[in-house]
Amino acid sequence: MINFNLFVLPFFLGLIYVLVAVGKSWYHWIKALTPIDKVKLSTLIRHPKQALSALKEVFLESLVHRKMWKRNPLLGYMHMSFALGWFLLIVCGNIESRFYSGVHVNAPYYPIFLKFFIHDRLVIFFEVFSVPGFFRFLMDFLLLYILSGLVLALLKRQYSNFFGMKRTSRFQFTDRVAMTCLWLIFPLRLLAESFTAGHYGSGGGFLTQPLGDFLVQLLPVPSEFVAYAMWWGYSLSLGIFFVMLPYSRYMHIPTEVLLIFFRHAGIQPKKWYSSFSDTEVQSCSRCGVCIDICQMNTAGIHNAQTVYFIQGVRDRYVPEEITQKCLVCGRCQEICPVGINTDSLRLIKRRELGSGQSTDFSYLKSDDKPKTAQIVYFSGCMTHLTPSIIRAMTGILENAGISYLHLDKDRSICCGRPLMIAGKDRQANELIEINKQIIHETRATLLVTSCPICYRVFREEYNLPIRIQHHSQFILDLIKTGKIPLQGQFKKVVYHDPCDLGRGTKTYEAPREVLSKVTDLLPVKQEANNALCCGGSLGILNVTQQQRAMITKEALDILLENKPEILATACPLCKKTFATHASIPVMDIAELVYQSIPKPSYSASAQSHQAKSYANELI
Amino acid sequence: MECQLGNQKPPLFLNFTEMKKRIIIIGGGIAGMTVAGALPSNEFDIILIEKEILPGGHVAKWDRLFPSRRPAKEVLDFVQKSMAKNVVIKTGSTITTIHRDQNLFTLHLNGEEPIVGDAVVLATGFDLFDARKKEEYGYGIYNNVITSEELEQIFHEGKKLTTSEGKTPQRIGIIHCVGSRDEKVGNLYCSKVCCVTGVKQAIEIKEMLPECEIFSFYMDLRMYDRNFEELYYEAQQKWGINFIRGRLSECAENPGHSLIIKTEDTLTGHPLKMTVDMIILLVGFVPSPETKRIARMLDLQTGQDGFLLSSDEHYNDNSTSVPGVFLTGAVKGPACIVNTIADARATALQIERFLITGISE
Repeated sequence: MINFNLFVLPFFLGLIYVLVAVGKSWYHWIKALTPIDKVKLSTLIRHPKQALSALKEVFLESLVHRKMWKRNPLLGYMHMSFALGWFLLIVCGNIESRFYSGVHVNAPYYPIFLKFFIHDRLVIFFEVFSVPGFFRFLMDFLLLYILSGLVLALLKRQYSNFFGMKRTSRFQFTDRVAMTCLWLIFPLRLLAESFTAGHYGSGGGFLTQPLGDFLVQLLPVPSEFVAYAMWWGYSLSLGIFFVMLPYSRYMHIPTEVLLIFFRHAGIQPKKWYSSFSDTEVQSCSRCGVCIDICQMNTAGIHNAQTVYFIQGVRDRYVPEEITQKCLVCGRCQEICPVGINTDSLRLIKRRELGSGQSTDFSYLKSDDKPKTAQIVYFSGCMTHLTPSIIRAMTGILENAGISYLHLDKDRSICCGRPLMIAGKDRQANELIEINKQIIHETRATLLVTSCPICYRVFREEYNLPIRIQHHSQFILDLIKTGKIPLQGQFKKVVYHDPCDLGRGTKTYEAPREVLSKVTDLLPVKQEANNALCCGGSLGILNVTQQQRAMITKEALDILLENKPEILATACPLCKKTFATHASIPVMDIAELVYQSIPKPSYSASAQSHQAKSYANELI
Repeated sequence: MECQLGNQKPPLFLNFTEMKKRIIIIGGGIAGMTVAGALPSNEFDIILIEKEILPGGHVAKWDRLFPSRRPAKEVLDFVQKSMAKNVVIKTGSTITTIHRDQNLFTLHLNGEEPIVGDAVVLATGFDLFDARKKEEYGYGIYNNVITSEELEQIFHEGKKLTTSEGKTPQRIGIIHCVGSRDEKVGNLYCSKVCCVTGVKQAIEIKEMLPECEIFSFYMDLRMYDRNFEELYYEAQQKWGINFIRGRLSECAENPGHSLIIKTEDTLTGHPLKMTVDMIILLVGFVPSPETKRIARMLDLQTGQDGFLLSSDEHYNDNSTSVPGVFLTGAVKGPACIVNTIADARATALQIERFLITGISE
C-alpha cells in the first residue's frame, strides 16, 4: 500500500469498532421485534415508495434538522452544519479521492486524510475551475460551514438563551469526552490540512492554503513535524469519538435512522419496554429542547424532565421518584425533534414498577335490568365533582329533544385511565372489561362523555364498536344540525386546551368552533398543542399542592393575559383546578352553550339566578 | 359617614400643641372595638375605621354563640359600650392608601381628608370561605345547599327553616370542614370554630324542628375548649344528632330538589349514599383580600396560609416587623370570640407601651 501512514490507525480502528457496535445494536433491535413488526419492516423492502419516504425523512430530520429549524433558526443552523456538513464532507471527500486514486473503492481512511497524501499544485489560474480546483473549493467551504456551527455550539454553552433555550441538559462523562472529541475533529482537520498546504506551498483551498502559508511563517519548528502531529490529533479525535459513540448521546445518530425506518414500517410503541422503545431511548440526542417547556420547572423540579428520565432508562436505572414525577401532559412529545413517544415511555416504566394493590369492582355489577338507549351520556367521575357541567349537558340534551341514558347518573364509574396512568394496567383492564359490558348492555350507538380523560381511554383502550364523542364534538354536531337554538352573549372568552383532549386526542377545533358560536373567543399566547397543563393532572402523585398551585398560577397568568371575562375549558378537572385560583369565572363550554339557549323558564329559576349573580359578581 | 358617640369631636389632623398621640384602628368588629375600648381614651385620640355601614363585623350577623348559646348581641353590646364616647368611628370608609413617613402614618380614605396617626392597628378579621369553590357540594347550583352563615341569619331573623320549596325539611346534613383542612382548595389550616358551631347549629335546628333528622359529617371533631365536649355529648344524648366520620365527596340533586350526598363512613369502612332535604356547609375562615391589600401597603409579612404574621408567635403576637403597626384578632388566623377579646386587650397594652416608651416589642 502506497497511501498508508501509521497515524490513520486510530481512525481506522475506531471506525471498525463503531461499525461493529452499531451493527450489533441494529441486529439486536431488529431481531427483538415482534413477528408482526418484523413482517411490517420487511414490507418496506417490497414497497420502495415507503422506503423512499423514510429516506426522505432521514434526510430532512437527521441531516437538515427541520424541526430544530422550526424551533429556532440558530439551533437549526447549528445542528444542520454538523450533520449535513459532515455528511457532505464525507460524500464529497469520497468523490474527490476517486478522482485522485482513479479507482472506485479506496481504503476508508484515504478520503478522510486525502490532503496528507495528495498535495499537487494548481499551476495556472483557470485550473481553479477544473475538477480538483472545484473540489478543493468545495471541501474548504464545507469545513468552514461545519466550523461556523462549532462556533455556535461553543456559544450555546454560554449563551443558550440566544438559541431559544433557558436551560441545557447536564451531560454525563462519556458525553463530555465524545463531545470534546467531536469539537476537536474539525479544527484539527483545518490545522492539519493548512499546515500541510503551507509546508508544500500547494494542495490547499481558499481557506487552508492562505491559512497554511500564514501559519508556516510563524512556526519556529519545522512545519512538516507540526503538520504530522496535527494529522495524528485529527485521527485520534476521530478514533476516540467513534469508540465513545455507542456509550454517549451520539449513539442517536445511527439509531435515529433505524427509528425512522421502524416508524415508516408502521411499528408502534408497545405497552412494555420493546425493542422499539429501546431504539427511541437510544435515539434521544439529549438536545434538551424538552427541558424548558416542562412545567415541572415552575414547581421547582429540575431533575425529572424527559431528557433525564430517558438518560436513566438508557443507563438502566431510573429512580422511581423520577418516573412518577411527570404530569403526563404530552408537551415534550409535541416538541421532541426526534418524535419520541415520551408519555408512552413513562407509562411503560411505571408499569414495570408494578403494584400488588388488589381491587374490588363488584359494586359496579348490578342485577337490575339494564336500561337501553341509542345515545348514552357518560359524565365521568370528575364531572360529578363539577355538577354545573352535568346540569348543562343534561339541559342541552333535553333542550335538543334527545332521548338519552345518563349511564353514571347515580353511581360514579371510573373509566380506568387514572389507574392506567399510574401504571396499574391489570386493575385498569379489569375495570375496563366490566365497563365494556355495562356499555354493551345499553345497546348504544353513540357514547358522549364530558371528560377528556374518559374520552381518551374509551378511544384508545376500549375498542368499542360504537361512535365515541367528547361533548364538544357532540354539541358542535347539535349546533350544525340546528338542534339547539343559540343566543350567544359574546362575552370575551379564552379557551384552555385540556391535555387529554388536545394533545391526547388532537381535538383542537371542535371546542373552538363551539365557543365561536356563543362567545368572543380571544387568542392565547400558548394554545392548542403548545397549551399548558392546568396543574391538576392525575398523572402525578408525588408533588405537593403548593407545587401544583405554582403550575396552575403560571398557566392562569398566560391564559388571562388578554383580559377575558370568562375562562372556558372542556374538562372538569381543568375547571376545578383553575377555579381554585382564578380571578374570573371558569366555565365548561357546555355551560356556556347551555347559558346561550333561550329558555323562558331558565332565567326565572332560583339557581340560575344565583349562578348568574355569581358570574356577574366575579366579572 | 361618621358616628359620633360623644359631643366632643377631636380634630382629624394631629394637633402638635396638644401632643395627644393618635391611634388608628382598622376594622370595627369585635377585635377593633375591644382595642378601642381597652385604650385610655383620655390619653389618646382613637379613630376606628369600618368599611361597612354598621360596626360589629361577623358577630353582628350571628344569632347565638357557642358553647352556651347566649345571644351574640349581648357580647356585641358589651364591647360597643366599653368604647368611650370620644372614640371616633368612621363607618362606610375604605382605605385607598397608607403612607408611612418616619413615625407617622397617613391614611387616605375614599373621598375624605387624610388622617395622620402614630399607631395603626389591623383588626380587619377574616372572610368566610366561598363555598362555590367546592363545586362538588353544589352551593350556588342546587337550591337546598346553604352555608352556616345563612342558617345563622335565618335564626337571627326569627324565620322558620324551610327548603327552597317551602317545605319543612325531614332530614338535614351538616358538612364540616368546608374550605378548611382541605389542601385541594389551598387551605391546610383548621378554622377552629366550625366544629363547635356545627354542633351548636345542629341542636338549634333540633330545637326548632324536633322531627327533623340531623346527620353531621366530620373528619374529626375538635372540641378543644371549655364546655365544648359537653355540648357535643348533649347533641348526641339529648338531641339524638347523628355524627358520621367521613368527608363528603360529592352531592347531586334529585328531580324534587332533594339532595343525594355521597361519602364514606370511615369508622365502618363502607361507602354511604344518603338522600337529605338540605345540607348546611360549615364554611371556614379565609384571609380577606382587603387585609392582604392593606398588608401590602404597610409591607407586612404574610404566612403560608395567607394570614398575617406578628413579630413572634409566642411573646410578641401583636406587634409586627413595622414599628407602630399592630395586629389583633383573626387577621392572624382563625380565632373564637373569647380569644379575640383577650388578644385585643393585650394589643391595647402593647400600643400604650409603644406610644409612651417607643418600645414596640
